[in-house]
Amino acid sequence: MNQPVSKTAQTADAAPPPTPRVRGWRLAWRELRKAPWTAKIGLFLIFCYVFIAIFAPVLTPYGESQVVGQEFEPWGSQYLLGTDALGRDMLTRLLYGARNTIGIAFVTTCFAFLIGGTCGILASVLGGWIDQILSRVIDILMAIPQLIFALLLLTIFAIYIPVIIVIIAVLDSTRVFRLARAVTLNVAVMDFVEAARLRGERIGWIAIREVLPNITAPLVAEFGLRFCFVFLTIAALSFLGLGIQPPTADWGSMVRDNATLITYEDITPLLPAAAIALLTVSVNFVVDWFLHKTSGLRDEH
Amino acid sequence: MGAILKIVAQRLALGLFVLFVVSLIIFLGVSLLPGDLAQQMLGQTATPETVAAIRRELGLDLPAHIRYIHWLVGMLHGDFGTSLANHREIAELIGVRLQNTLFLASLAAAIAVPVAVTLGVLAALYRNSLYDRLVNIVTLTSISFPEFFIAYILILFMSVKAGWFPSLSNVSPGMPFWDRVYYCLLPALTLTMVVIAHMMRMTRASIINLLSSPYIEMANLKGLKRSHIIIKHALPNAWAPIVNVIVINLAYLIVGVVVVEVVFVYPGLGQLIVDSVQKRDIPVVQACSLIFAATYILLNLTADILSIVTNPRLLHPR
Repeated sequence: MNQPVSKTAQTADAAPPPTPRVRGWRLAWRELRKAPWTAKIGLFLIFCYVFIAIFAPVLTPYGESQVVGQEFEPWGSQYLLGTDALGRDMLTRLLYGARNTIGIAFVTTCFAFLIGGTCGILASVLGGWIDQILSRVIDILMAIPQLIFALLLLTIFAIYIPVIIVIIAVLDSTRVFRLARAVTLNVAVMDFVEAARLRGERIGWIAIREVLPNITAPLVAEFGLRFCFVFLTIAALSFLGLGIQPPTADWGSMVRDNATLITYEDITPLLPAAAIALLTVSVNFVVDWFLHKTSGLRDEH
Repeated sequence: MGAILKIVAQRLALGLFVLFVVSLIIFLGVSLLPGDLAQQMLGQTATPETVAAIRRELGLDLPAHIRYIHWLVGMLHGDFGTSLANHREIAELIGVRLQNTLFLASLAAAIAVPVAVTLGVLAALYRNSLYDRLVNIVTLTSISFPEFFIAYILILFMSVKAGWFPSLSNVSPGMPFWDRVYYCLLPALTLTMVVIAHMMRMTRASIINLLSSPYIEMANLKGLKRSHIIIKHALPNAWAPIVNVIVINLAYLIVGVVVVEVVFVYPGLGQLIVDSVQKRDIPVVQACSLIFAATYILLNLTADILSIVTNPRLLHPR
C-alpha cells in the first residue's frame, strides 16, 4: 500500500545525497507541489489562521474587549467592520477570536488524543479483560449523543473554559479510542511486535517504539477530522451561550450576540461563522488529500 | 430464520441494557453536584432547616437506589417531576415541544432522504465526471459548515432579501398542517443541508463498492445500459448500507435540531434544554437528555437491526 511513497523516495535518492532531514523536507515539498488545488488552498488558509492567531495583538490597534465607539456602527475607515452590540471593534474581536476559538479547540483535541490514543493503543496491545472493559465503557459513552451529554455535564459543573475543555476532550476521546484500537490491532499481530514481546520489551516501549510509528498516518488524518469536530462542537456551544463566556472574544458567541443585524441585511454577523466554516473546510481538504496519499485507513466518519 | 431472530433479540437486549445504563448515568451525574438539588434551589444563604424540609419534600433523604427507581418509574409513566425554575410540571413543558421537534425532524427527513439517495445514485452513475467532483467538493464543504452558518445564510437570502419565508418559526399548537410546514421550511432546509452530505456520500460509496463485483461485470458484458445496471442490479444490493446510513442520520437529526431550533426560535425540545442549562434547571435537563438519548439509542438500534435483517452475510459471522 505504501508503494507510491517508496517509489518517490527512490527517485529522491537519485539526486545528490543530502542529509536525511533535508531530504524529508524536499520530499514533502515535492508531494505538496503535486497536491490538488483544494489541498494547496487549504494549507495556505490554515497557515493564515495560525499567523492571525499568533499575531492578533500586533494586527489591530484596539484591545480585545475595549469599547471603542457606539453600538453597531457601520463599516468604515475607523472601524473596518463596524462595531458590535457593546461598541467593540468587530475586526479586533474577529482577530482575537482566532486565537481563543482555535486555541481552545486545539488544546481540547490534543487532550482527546492523549486520552483516547493512549487508552486505545494500550487496550489492543494488552488485550484481555482490560480491552473488554475499556471497549464496553466506550460503547456506552458513545451511545449518548455528544452534544446532549455535554449539555448535561455543563449543567452539573457550571460553565468554565477548563470544564468545557475536559468534557469535550473526554467525550471526543471515545472516537479516538475506537480508531487507535482498530489500527493498532492490525499492527499488534505483526512479526516485529511479536519479536519485541519475545525480547521482553516493556509494554510502553512496544506501544511507543513499535506500534506508534506504524499508525501515525491514520492518527494524523484523524487528528484533522477530530479537530474540525471539536471546533464545531465548541462553536455550537458558544453559539448557544453555553461555551466560551464573554468578554472573551469567540466566533460562536459573536454570531449569537450580533445576529439581529442580519434582519437589516447586514452580513457582519456572518463573518465569524464564515471564519469557522472556512477553517473546517480547509482542514477537511488537507485531510482528504492526506488520506488519499496514505491510502485511506479511515474506517468511520 | 431462527438465527436472525436470535441475533435481533440479542441486539434488542443489548440496546435496552445500554438504555438502562444511560439512564443511570443521567440520574447519578447529578450527585456529582457540590451539595445537592435542595442546596442548589435555595442558594448558599438557606438555613439548614429549610434545606432539610425541601430535601424531604423532594425525597432527597431517601437512599440513591430508591430515588432512582422512583425517578425511572415516574419517567416511564410520563411523570417527569417539576421544574426548579418555574415549578411547572415538566411533562406539561415537554409534551407540545416534543411533538414540535419530531415534526421538524420528520419534515427534514422527508426532504433529505429522497434527495440524498437520488444525488448519490447520480454521482455513482457519472463517477469521476465533473458532476461527481463538484458534488464531492460541495458535500465536503457542507459537512464542515456550522449549522448556524447555514441557517443564517438561508435567513439572509430567503427571508430577509427575498421575503419568501418567515425568519422566526414560532408555530402554535392549533396551526393548520400546511401553515406549519411553511413556517418550518427554513429550519427543515437547514437540517437537510447538514445531513444530506453524509447520506449522499455513503450512497455513492456503497454503489461504487458493488460495481466491482462479478455479477455487475456480467451485466456490463451483456451490454446493458449503465443506468439500468445501477438501478436494477446494484441498487437492490446496496439498500442495506444505505438504509443503515439513513437511520443513523435520522438519529443525528434528532440531536442536530438543538442549534437550529435556537436560531429559528422554534418552540421545541432543543430550545427547552438550552434554556434549562442556562438556568441550571436540573430536572428539566435530565428529562430532556433522557428523551434525546433514548430516541438516539432506539434509532441506532433500528439501524443495527435493519442492517442485520437485510444483509444475509451478517448472519454467518466468521
